[in-house]
Amino acid sequence: MAMDLLTPADGLEPSAPSERSRAFKRFWRHPMGKIGVIGLLFIILFSFVGPLIYRVSPDATNLLYLLTPPSVKFPLGTDELGRNYLARVMVGGQLSLIVGFASAFATMLIGIAYGLISGYAGGYVDVVMMRIVDIMLTIPGLFILLLLDAMFSPSAFVLVFIIAFTSWFGVSRLVRSEVLSIKQRDYVEAARAFGASSWHIMTRELLPNVMGTVMVASTFQVAGAIITIATLSFLGLGLPPPTPNWGELLNASMSYMYQDAWWMIYPPGICLLITMLSFNFISEALQGVLDSRR
Amino acid sequence: MSVVEPVRDLGDVLLSVKNLKKYFPITGGIMSRVVGNVRAVDGVSFDIARGETLGLVGESGCGKTTTGRAVLRLIEPTAGRVEFEGKNIMEFSPKAMRAVRRQMQIIFQDPFGSLNPRMSVGQIIQEPLVIHGVGNRTQREARVKELLDVVGLASYHVQRFPHEFSGGQRQRVGIARALALNPKLIVADEPVSALDVSIQSQILNLLEDLQKEFDLTYLFIAHGLNVIRHISDRVGVMYLGVMVELGSAAEIYQKPLHPYTEALFSAIPVPNPELKRSRIVLQGDLPSPVHPPSGCRFHTRCPIAQDRCRREVPVWKESFPGHFVACHFR
Repeated sequence: MAMDLLTPADGLEPSAPSERSRAFKRFWRHPMGKIGVIGLLFIILFSFVGPLIYRVSPDATNLLYLLTPPSVKFPLGTDELGRNYLARVMVGGQLSLIVGFASAFATMLIGIAYGLISGYAGGYVDVVMMRIVDIMLTIPGLFILLLLDAMFSPSAFVLVFIIAFTSWFGVSRLVRSEVLSIKQRDYVEAARAFGASSWHIMTRELLPNVMGTVMVASTFQVAGAIITIATLSFLGLGLPPPTPNWGELLNASMSYMYQDAWWMIYPPGICLLITMLSFNFISEALQGVLDSRR
Repeated sequence: MSVVEPVRDLGDVLLSVKNLKKYFPITGGIMSRVVGNVRAVDGVSFDIARGETLGLVGESGCGKTTTGRAVLRLIEPTAGRVEFEGKNIMEFSPKAMRAVRRQMQIIFQDPFGSLNPRMSVGQIIQEPLVIHGVGNRTQREARVKELLDVVGLASYHVQRFPHEFSGGQRQRVGIARALALNPKLIVADEPVSALDVSIQSQILNLLEDLQKEFDLTYLFIAHGLNVIRHISDRVGVMYLGVMVELGSAAEIYQKPLHPYTEALFSAIPVPNPELKRSRIVLQGDLPSPVHPPSGCRFHTRCPIAQDRCRREVPVWKESFPGHFVACHFR
């Protein structure tokens, strides 16, 4: 049509770089994003590829070497049963990370669904659903965790659900508040004007627009879940032996702190620290990248 | 204001709105009791003929936007009838409503808020087709290209995201989306108010061209008086939730009957510094729609108000053929 004189089809080339690749580039340029990704990659390689290269059983006891400091034979020393501590720290990361990611995923799933429905439905449904969350939030999470942990025998699988069950409240609130603001936008109204179903509006209009917030929150969730597992294991309630995890290693090393077994407390502690910092840096960078587009 | 249907023969009436009301409850206190109502729209009636453009004007808060949304049942009206092709859509089941929504669409004011930032232009324009299960993927994509062409965008814009466009281009995308299902009625809710003046005329011309091409009927809501004059066949003037005057655009702009319309139109700048013109400046503010004034709602600001205006609600009458007004003295 000839009316397009003042808004010429702008001079951009037809194939501008996609939204996603540019967001990724901006994320990578963010110093914290880079450090976070490198840190996380290091931890993942250390825990999952490490044991493939350093082929030493984490469970084999050696009574001749009890609580020995780091040496050539045992790079991180041995524990109270003479087990190779490096192998144990490596394998310990596996469970922490897998359970951490899995429970964060489950947490997000519950939280997003709950928040989406609550915010979209509004009215009495919203009031009731949010009061339930308020009530749950008044109970300290650790008590619920300990209770559930005592009720169900804590296999890794059960632990994922226990953690998810106790940590979705915050996510659902966050999602709900985003939904409340997004559902007022004209494009949601437009979808209603076409006769879109509630399902369509929730999944196609609302969900993609809360994903930015959700992604930032989910990085915190993974970090939080890993800490929760460590806390439970530290209290002796986490996952059953023999498979170690960082929290349990920390717990065990406490007993030998006064015997100068410093090599036992630092490695799992530092691993946890790197993991936490990496996730926090990543979420910080994500926030920066996603905000600038708004 | 009493309900009198416009009696002039409009020909083929597409949309007929009768005594439409929308009250927004005000809740207060700890138990959230309803303590009052904002009477955003308080008994509005009008007809729109097929292929016609009815402009709705009025100052901010007069209820014109609410009227537009209530007509589409995007806001559920409190009372009244909305007849689309002779059927009262207020009584429609959700399923029937869904079907009739194909026939009636809306264009929004804010071209930045009306497009989902997470969807490409192709997905946005396709959305109504997907919702109604029209065509297969290839057919839908072909339709998108066709629509882009119709609204003056290039087909390679399909993969772009809304934030890559200017305001005018976004508004074109919004128009293409509204056209996707071949609607009969389009409610244009201030479609050019957020745009530059130069872009405004382009969009208005586009809307006019599309009207001719696709035999569209517009309910055109705007506060820009020149915009309304340019595009409307007939104009309805709203004040505080009611319609005070309705007539053909030419007539209403040349000899407005209602004192409010007079005052409103005297505010249009005339591009001639020599011309002496009498500007009618209204005193006071728009009264609250929670407690609208008794009698004629305009009496608090009306230059010719008398005692009668405070007591009696003026009758909606046809002062000249096809020219309706709600005033005791006109």
